Amino acid sequence: MPETLKDKTAIVGIGATPYYKRSESLPQTELELACKAILGALDDAGLTVKDLDGFTIYSSSCDPAQVASVLGVPEVRFAASLTSGGGGSAGSLGLAASAIVSGQAEVCVTLMTLQQAKRRLGGSAVDGGGPGLSGGGSPYGGGGVPNYAAFISGAGLMAPGHSFAMLTRRHMELYGTKREHLAEVCISQRENAIRRPSAIRTDPLTLDEYFDARMISDPLCLFDYTMESDGAVAAVVTSAERARDLRQKPVYIGGSAHGGAGRWGSAIFDYFASSGNRPVAKRMYEMAGMGPEDVDVALFYDHFSPMVIMQLEDYGFCPIGEGGPFVADGNIRWKSGSLPVNTHGGHLSEAYIIGMTHVREAVEQLRGVAVNQVDGAEVAVVTGGPSGLPISGTLLHN
Amino acid sequence: MSDLIRGTFPSMLKDPYADASTQPFWDAAAEGRLSAPRCTVCGTFVLPPQPFCFTCQSQAFEWVDLPGTGTIYTFTVVRHPLAPQLADVVPYVSGVIELDGTQGAGARLMLNITDADPETVQIGDKVRVWFDQVSETLPLPRARMA
Repeated sequence: MPETLKDKTAIVGIGATPYYKRSESLPQTELELACKAILGALDDAGLTVKDLDGFTIYSSSCDPAQVASVLGVPEVRFAASLTSGGGGSAGSLGLAASAIVSGQAEVCVTLMTLQQAKRRLGGSAVDGGGPGLSGGGSPYGGGGVPNYAAFISGAGLMAPGHSFAMLTRRHMELYGTKREHLAEVCISQRENAIRRPSAIRTDPLTLDEYFDARMISDPLCLFDYTMESDGAVAAVVTSAERARDLRQKPVYIGGSAHGGAGRWGSAIFDYFASSGNRPVAKRMYEMAGMGPEDVDVALFYDHFSPMVIMQLEDYGFCPIGEGGPFVADGNIRWKSGSLPVNTHGGHLSEAYIIGMTHVREAVEQLRGVAVNQVDGAEVAVVTGGPSGLPISGTLLHN
Repeated sequence: MSDLIRGTFPSMLKDPYADASTQPFWDAAAEGRLSAPRCTVCGTFVLPPQPFCFTCQSQAFEWVDLPGTGTIYTFTVVRHPLAPQLADVVPYVSGVIELDGTQGAGARLMLNITDADPETVQIGDKVRVWFDQVSETLPLPRARMA
């Protein structure tokens, strides 16, 4: 058996700024938000900037050189980002574990900082706010017009929601998934957000309001979309050995995987109508030596509500195609459900900081201090994506 | 924006930005033919074209004319415009079209189905590809209900 990352590292600190509606974090800068979250996470752990030596990020969330200069990090020993976008959120914890287990760094920070005053991640090529057709392989663009652009430019499907609407339509066709199922995801997460002071959307959401909402890209309506928000969240990871001497109860990284099938987004596999997480889930569980039956709470990346349903299937909590009925039966509700999901309200109702709010909630659950605490929670799954590869999943336990 | 047609998404591009691997597609399209590259080693169609076959990694392709018909694999009805100036375009129907004469997966096109009824269109509906000459150099592929 090759050596794995199983249980060799732990999350020891979490820091976060308040969550803001889009552009309301001004006049702070994205860098300032990042530094506040990092300092908060170090302090939470009982560490200081002098202990920090690694940056293990995703989506190039910050420039480690800038942060290290501004905060006065004595020596940076590791600085790397998972490629692509939000799909790497959970997987960047595995990147931290890799750096630490291989002896390259001792204390790593994973973070996201986001201010959408100038760039809007859900934007489109038309309004100039999104990646559009000028991408050079990066979600944030660069380079000239690629040779495939003219093949798709007439379709007018240029915003993220369009792609996920088509995945959802296919899932509905194959398995009978209904809009009522999407609504249950939105409503259950709103119920969780209402009790959480950090949440942005805290008005009750009824089924009638859901069905009265503006349809954006059929079958996805306004409430199926994440909100746009600002803020930063950081997590500090160190060795399990060192973690036991620090201030907080360690949250161990039991298993972590990132990646995905190379042509998943090209609609070539029979699991097109999925979250693309199936191969990632398999490797994550194998590393951890656990399965879905061991999981007490799931924090699924939810930029669009149907992705919760598809991740329930891909992470093995119900058979493929039965995610809709699974949520309709009340299984993802906090307190009463068999698998509480997105107990913080998720991207749909708490805030959208590209996956890091889910990491924070997993840690709070496993420390036993969550606002919507799952009684006796010992194991949590947190995910990133679906999005451009890599997609990721991490299993945490106390 | 002038001359907007409800249901037809106006092309943001006025040129195909072709390269060696895509030029034959646009040459055929200018003559009203739907043509696609097929790997001469393993027979896989790769569309939009790429410099390598994703099945066997060959770079040898031959161009084959397709019947021009296909089936809706999945779709969305866009009801909220991408930008305020496109308010007169919505709703429009666009989706992934499985093309007859190919292996399907890996040779699908994402197209605007210009005459689809947003209230009744379904996965599995048959369509036919047509080319909308949006500029002197760009015969843009679109679909109509067959």
